[in-house]
Amino acid sequence: MALHTLNVALADDDEDDRLLFKDAIDELKIHTKLSLFINGKELMDYLTLPNIILPEVIFLDLNMPVKNGMQCLKEIKENDKLKAISVAIYSTSSSEVDIEETFICGANVYINKPNKFSDLKAAIDKVLQLNWQYHTSTLNRDNFLLRI
Amino acid sequence: MRINLKFDFNILSKKVLSQQLDALGVNYTIHGLGEVQINTLPHTVSLEIIEKELASYGIEIISNQQMALVQRIKDAITMLINDEDNYKKYNISTYLAEQLDYSYPYLSNIFSETTFTSIENFVILKKIDIVKSTIIENSLTLTEIAFKLNYSSVAHLSAQFKKTTGLTPSAFQKIIKKRKERKIMS
Repeated sequence: MALHTLNVALADDDEDDRLLFKDAIDELKIHTKLSLFINGKELMDYLTLPNIILPEVIFLDLNMPVKNGMQCLKEIKENDKLKAISVAIYSTSSSEVDIEETFICGANVYINKPNKFSDLKAAIDKVLQLNWQYHTSTLNRDNFLLRI
Repeated sequence: MRINLKFDFNILSKKVLSQQLDALGVNYTIHGLGEVQINTLPHTVSLEIIEKELASYGIEIISNQQMALVQRIKDAITMLINDEDNYKKYNISTYLAEQLDYSYPYLSNIFSETTFTSIENFVILKKIDIVKSTIIENSLTLTEIAFKLNYSSVAHLSAQFKKTTGLTPSAFQKIIKKRKERKIMS
């Protein structure tokens, strides 16, 4: 439970969004190691490799080519080895139906992609902090839901 | 048949700890709140063996003193919040200072440095966690929950719930209910 480096993964097909995310996470106080993936298939191929260090949190864009975020979410939550990883959906969609559906399918966090860099930083910071509390405290992980 | 359970975290952890240490033949004294004094060890048992035995129950020996103190702060908060009568009598800062025998500013500093969050924030997180489980059990109304956890009103409770989770209590309840129907656990 030492305050080690948090392993974080992001799958997003938009290059600008990936770079922004990386800049934001690098500016936070919490130490992180970020792995970037350009679509859901790349992410899932990586996660199912043997002997890798699994990320503690995965940020998932919903609309991606090849394999979309929803499919990844379902595969992660159906896989015994992966289902304990916290999943944060990171999307431009603000449709209530989409949001509810991702939560029901096991997402822990839903973030509407913020327009301002400072808001993005604050959102990532909140997710990482809260996730860390769930890792280190006697909080019930089944009830970890957060919408930003 | 499906039944709902409520766990007393404190009794549970002490019981597991005692059973494991007894089985190893260790002579010990439990000082409460995550501190055990090891008096004598049988010569066949080392600290590594104890560590390994306890690890399978999710109990971890903390070597870093700051981390250990933070864990004791968290445990003390958990105990107080779950103890309705005492929680109404004490405020958190007095309680922590009394239980852990350090000044509150000192505890507060260590906590913020180590966890990147404040004791006050942790208390809110912990209370909302209890609200969530109670909502799911469906045994109490929001008004009753608010009273039990010392909120001044249901409105205050709902506002803090929304601020902490981004969801209203009823939206949260709906999601968990649908997850159960589809048997999805996160």
